[in-house]
Amino acid sequence: MIDILNALTLLGNFLIIPGLTYGSQLALGALGVTLVYGVLRFSNFAHGETMAFGAMITILATWGLQSMGVSIKPLPTALIAIPVGIAVTVLLILVIDKFVYRYHRERKASPVTFLIISIGVMFFLGGLIRFIIGPGDQIFFDGTRFILKAREFREMTGLSEGLSLKMTQTVTIVTALIIVIAMFWFLNHTRTGKSMRAYSDNEDLALLSGIDPNRVVMVTWIIVAALATVGGTLYGLDKSFKPFVYMQLLLPIFASAIVGGVGNPLGAIAGGYVIAFSELILTFAYKKVVLYLGPDNLELDSLVQLLGTNYKIAVSFIILVIVLIIKPTGLFSGKTI
Amino acid sequence: MTGGYGAANTLHDCSIGVEKGEIAVIVGPNGAGKSTAMKAIFGMLPLRHGRVIFNNQEITLLKPEERVLRGMGFVPQNHNVFTSMTVEENLEIGAFIRTDPIADSLAQVYDLFPILKNKRKQPAGELSGGQRQQVAVGRALMTHPKVLMLDEPTAGVSPIVMDELFDRIIEIARLDVAILMVEQNAKQALEIADRGYVLVQGNNRFTDSGEALLANPEVRKAFLGG
Repeated sequence: MIDILNALTLLGNFLIIPGLTYGSQLALGALGVTLVYGVLRFSNFAHGETMAFGAMITILATWGLQSMGVSIKPLPTALIAIPVGIAVTVLLILVIDKFVYRYHRERKASPVTFLIISIGVMFFLGGLIRFIIGPGDQIFFDGTRFILKAREFREMTGLSEGLSLKMTQTVTIVTALIIVIAMFWFLNHTRTGKSMRAYSDNEDLALLSGIDPNRVVMVTWIIVAALATVGGTLYGLDKSFKPFVYMQLLLPIFASAIVGGVGNPLGAIAGGYVIAFSELILTFAYKKVVLYLGPDNLELDSLVQLLGTNYKIAVSFIILVIVLIIKPTGLFSGKTI
Repeated sequence: MTGGYGAANTLHDCSIGVEKGEIAVIVGPNGAGKSTAMKAIFGMLPLRHGRVIFNNQEITLLKPEERVLRGMGFVPQNHNVFTSMTVEENLEIGAFIRTDPIADSLAQVYDLFPILKNKRKQPAGELSGGQRQQVAVGRALMTHPKVLMLDEPTAGVSPIVMDELFDRIIEIARLDVAILMVEQNAKQALEIADRGYVLVQGNNRFTDSGEALLANPEVRKAFLGG
């Protein structure tokens, strides 16, 4: 019995909590990608850099607050700096839309054109970020590091395995939950949200109903920039802020959006967790779990790992390919790319 | 009206009109420009010559959205509902430009199409063809249009459903709405029409009351199958 509890604690500590955290981060990113796809009808490759930009502004604001001695211990100061990050990112994205995307939208450019433009925006933002904050690692987390320490858990329960809960993990999961609920409430119960869904569903009919496309596009960008800032900041808090990493996040984020059914917000969230847990489950070393659950005299030479952690990024790529071959509309029947 | 796509004109000095409380039907062979005429009237196709008059005002240069504000409603032939949204949301979006309460209009649409009331929480994409058409017409009615334009409302529905739809359309006309529709089912449509237009290659070939057109041997022979 103790062995089973130990095994479960082990899985909880190294698989479930990290999976929920990483999944929440991917879900927030995928939600942004899927909204752009649903409303503006293109794959926004600049989304990773938008997340990095939002996180960067939040970091700068956090440093400002820290130097003024502001603190909301035990919570990280970055949480109260996020609104600044959102405001600046929204402004930047709206300026980019006005000077870059709008021209092509008015000419009804093809989605591929927009995709290429977004790659240009991605490089521009990447350069801007490195210019402002540099390519290095930035740590901006403050506040209490652990809500529950592994040692405390062991003393509390008497198990030999510990379960730890980091502040950043809790903040990430709770924030993502709040944002997702708010997002669905907005899309399903407000006039503006419904007009966005209508526009995404059937652009021509939305126009016939008197929905202003410019307003829908503007609201979409505002939400996308806010989601990117929050997602980017949470990721940076949990791991650390390194501009390069956000570009690498693009693949799992797109995989999440597509697995869930691109254009479908619910799918983006489900997709985020599917990708996160697939990566972790396939690269987790089960040796200790097997030792707990197996017969007493079991001896293992290997780590009992399906894939090396080096292959983590390949997992989302493989899932992406499988979904595109078997069910291109994704789990929740989004649009086909 | 004269206009078309590309260099050639699809419509040649074609003239169409409808009065309050009337039903006008446009019939004609495939490629006669029936749908094009509807689009031209609704401002989705720029005219090369001619005018569109609504309520004694010229609206030739207005955008479709502006025509909706003036009191025109249009039900396109295809993709005429928001498939991922519920029936009720479809109707709400139909009333999007209105700022006053819409409860009475919702009730009116549900009175006209009782089946929609039962299915109001269902996504419109899950409904049958006939029910979808009811949603589409209901969506357009939410702005209380003075003229309702229907592009082949009975395309792809069974004869029984078609008869029911025509009955509903007559009811709508009795609410003092002018109805202009394009129909493939020429015979049935002309039976309920106050005016009929037979278009051939973008020209008005025959214009008369529905009854007279049905009685006209030439129309019968060429377009109604004897």
